[in-house]
Amino acid sequence: MTLTATQAKPAPAVLPRAGGVRGALSDLLWRKPKLLLLLMLLPPVLWLGIVYIGSLFALLLQSFFSIDEFSGLINRQFTLKTYGDLLQAANLDIILRTVTMAALVTLASATIAFPIAYYAARYARGRWKALFYLGVMLPLWSSYLVKIYAWKLILAKEGILTWLLAKLHLLWLLDGWLSLPVVGGNSLSVSSTGTFIVFVYVWLPFMILPVQAALERVPGNLVEASSDLGASPGQTFRNVLFPLALPGIVAGSIFTFSLTLGDYIIPQIIGTSRLFIGQAVYSQQGTAGNIPLAAAFTVVPIVIMGFYLWGAKRMGAFDAL
Amino acid sequence: MRSDGSPSAPLGLKVAAACGLLFLHLPIFLIFVYAFTTEEKSFAWPPPGLTMQWFAVTWNRPDVWEALSLSVRVAAISTLVALVLGTLCAAAVSRTRFFGRETISLLVILPIALPGIITGIALRSAFSLAEIPFSFWTIVLGHATFCVVVVYNNAVARFRRTSGSMIEASMDLGADGFQTFRHVVLPNIATALLAGGMLAFALSFDEVIVTTFTAGQQQTLPIWMLEELIRPRQRPVTNVVAMVVVLVTLLPILVAYYLTRDGDQIAGSGK
Repeated sequence: MTLTATQAKPAPAVLPRAGGVRGALSDLLWRKPKLLLLLMLLPPVLWLGIVYIGSLFALLLQSFFSIDEFSGLINRQFTLKTYGDLLQAANLDIILRTVTMAALVTLASATIAFPIAYYAARYARGRWKALFYLGVMLPLWSSYLVKIYAWKLILAKEGILTWLLAKLHLLWLLDGWLSLPVVGGNSLSVSSTGTFIVFVYVWLPFMILPVQAALERVPGNLVEASSDLGASPGQTFRNVLFPLALPGIVAGSIFTFSLTLGDYIIPQIIGTSRLFIGQAVYSQQGTAGNIPLAAAFTVVPIVIMGFYLWGAKRMGAFDAL
Repeated sequence: MRSDGSPSAPLGLKVAAACGLLFLHLPIFLIFVYAFTTEEKSFAWPPPGLTMQWFAVTWNRPDVWEALSLSVRVAAISTLVALVLGTLCAAAVSRTRFFGRETISLLVILPIALPGIITGIALRSAFSLAEIPFSFWTIVLGHATFCVVVVYNNAVARFRRTSGSMIEASMDLGADGFQTFRHVVLPNIATALLAGGMLAFALSFDEVIVTTFTAGQQQTLPIWMLEELIRPRQRPVTNVVAMVVVLVTLLPILVAYYLTRDGDQIAGSGK
């Protein structure tokens, strides 16, 4: 039994306490996972809690202040007067215009997004699938301002769209459309139609992705079963595909609706001089210096989105995100 | 799924999908053509001639360089902050269940879920209440806040796929907490963090709405572009800058996609 004699001493079942500050700290964190959790959570929660939630409260607080009409100074006394100002006809007009635009943009985005999402979900395979994915992802992440700028080039009076319509001998169509009230204007780049097109373009990828995610979950044999049972493609769409894709559409509409409600750059660069909520906020806090009214204006999209999200949640849209 | 090979799509669907994708891409390609046009005063199409001279003109514009440098510095610092905060948060949320876990994820997502103008004006009113003057750091403060979510999303997805027993195994083999983090956890999440960092950089580099409220008189590249859009001074320079911006933002997205394409959640699917 000489073998056992030369064998090294077996390692202890419990390692000795690690040495040094680093070792002690490491042991402490292992023994007290709650402390580790606390240390991990503290920085992000402090940052977001103080910087973000704190700022939101500061904003909400400001909306209950009012502005002194003579001195232009902010009166730091609790009042609901600023919310009363919100109900003036001109301001209600702004809110109504923005909500209508958001609804139209959402409808148009859903219509354009559906075929892309359906093709990508059901027919694209392998390399095509990746191509479709990147095809949606790249415009989504392309610079927001550059996208708007591109449309300024396209919609300008001397731009490519006018040129194309002239080549097709369809200029009368454009002129006819521009002469209409409300949607028309001097050229497309200073009309509500232009604003609408750019909104749809910029938010479209936000609609495609959730609709595609919802359609990916529809088993292909459901569509086949529907046509086997004698449904026409239109009936299959209405009774099978659309109801199953609806949570995805609602999820996408959260983005298109919320982003349109809050945007102030697109209508400023392409569109008429009639204001949207975002522009009203911007001009109230900037040139007018009326921060309380600006703050009250931002509460409008928050409340609208609150109701919207509540409704969307009831329709199961969050599972499609 | 069907068993008889891949089905072929009806023609109408093909056409509609192709038109939709063209609608998404043609405007961006147009920017590339306009960067070479000889026309200075208008957006005339077709371009009367093509030239490379605007690249040289843009190269020699100090204001463009200053804006670019500010944007890069802000994006770099914000990305670093977002990487630290996002990873910590993701590690905490995915490793343990605790009271208020859902609230934490909501807190992270909120800055990007609410319209940018709300984040922007909220920060501005907080700065004015606290009497903080605008500076480089006020921009970073805003950007880092909404960049956390992209890092968080990527890191959470990766943590979900890596098994916790690896950490236990490492500890059983005698590594301390720091060694485990350095040699086991970090290599596992590195590509997800890189992808998240790339996206955060792209998000910050391109951000304009929040920045207009937190920058004061400083000009990041998007603010420079916004000024040019509202009051054009030299259109060809704007064209060139627009093209460069497209290229600078697209590269990180492609890299991020490449790094995470095998995962269950691909980077960038939520912006």
